[in-house]
Amino acid sequence: MTEVVFWSFSGAAIVAAFLCVTRRSPVAAALWLIVTLFSIAALFVVLDAQFIAALQVLVYAGAIMVLFLFVIMLLNLGRGGPSDLRGAWGKLVAAGLGAVLVVELWAVRAVAPADHLQLPPGAMARMSEERGPVGVITDALFREYLIPFEITSMLLLAAIVGAVVLAKRRL
Amino acid sequence: MLLGPALAVSAILFSIGVGGVLLRRNAIVIFMSVELMLNAVNLTFVALSQQLGPQGQVIVFFVMAVAAAEAAVGLAIMLAIFRHRETVDIEAFSVLRG
Repeated sequence: MTEVVFWSFSGAAIVAAFLCVTRRSPVAAALWLIVTLFSIAALFVVLDAQFIAALQVLVYAGAIMVLFLFVIMLLNLGRGGPSDLRGAWGKLVAAGLGAVLVVELWAVRAVAPADHLQLPPGAMARMSEERGPVGVITDALFREYLIPFEITSMLLLAAIVGAVVLAKRRL
Repeated sequence: MLLGPALAVSAILFSIGVGGVLLRRNAIVIFMSVELMLNAVNLTFVALSQQLGPQGQVIVFFVMAVAAAEAAVGLAIMLAIFRHRETVDIEAFSVLRG
């Protein structure tokens, strides 16, 4: 059952990603990207990361994609116009490099993590049953990763200020 | 155990993202392809965290925060450029070319 869910959502993610990079209209590309992000969220659930799946839907499929669509509408690019794909050479180079990359990543896939690092099978599922799906992450987040977490807030503040400065006509 | 299949799916998604960056000339679609690549990497982290502990999921959390910041600043840059050039075709942005 898990495998069926996994493979159907993987197929959906790959097909939608392909359509996202080939559609002419930016709005269609954005909508296909949302389908991809939702499918990846479903894959996160299958892989025992429920909290990350919820964040994926809220932050990516919600906030970031609304930002993208908003900018597309603001710049009035929804029409599509002439195709913006590169010529035959560009397509050949992109397909070739993509194929090389898939082969390389496929080769890396065969290297399993060292045995002494691996948890016993089903350990994450048990952990999330004991402490809840949020507790598993927040334990690590607010102990080992507390300082990176605080630095993230500075990063977001800097991004807000930068976005306002860049987008405003005059301050 | 779905580690192997998950890594394969993430490899394919990442390569589609790279293909999109190389193939398109619309700067906003290039941005979307970058987001796709970030998501493929997130999938790798989550798949490995199933075997190596919750740290991978914490890293995904940070990646999402960085992606949000990147999208906000990047789209603001896009707005600023559009105001000067009236286009988002990256062929038109060649001021820095030597």
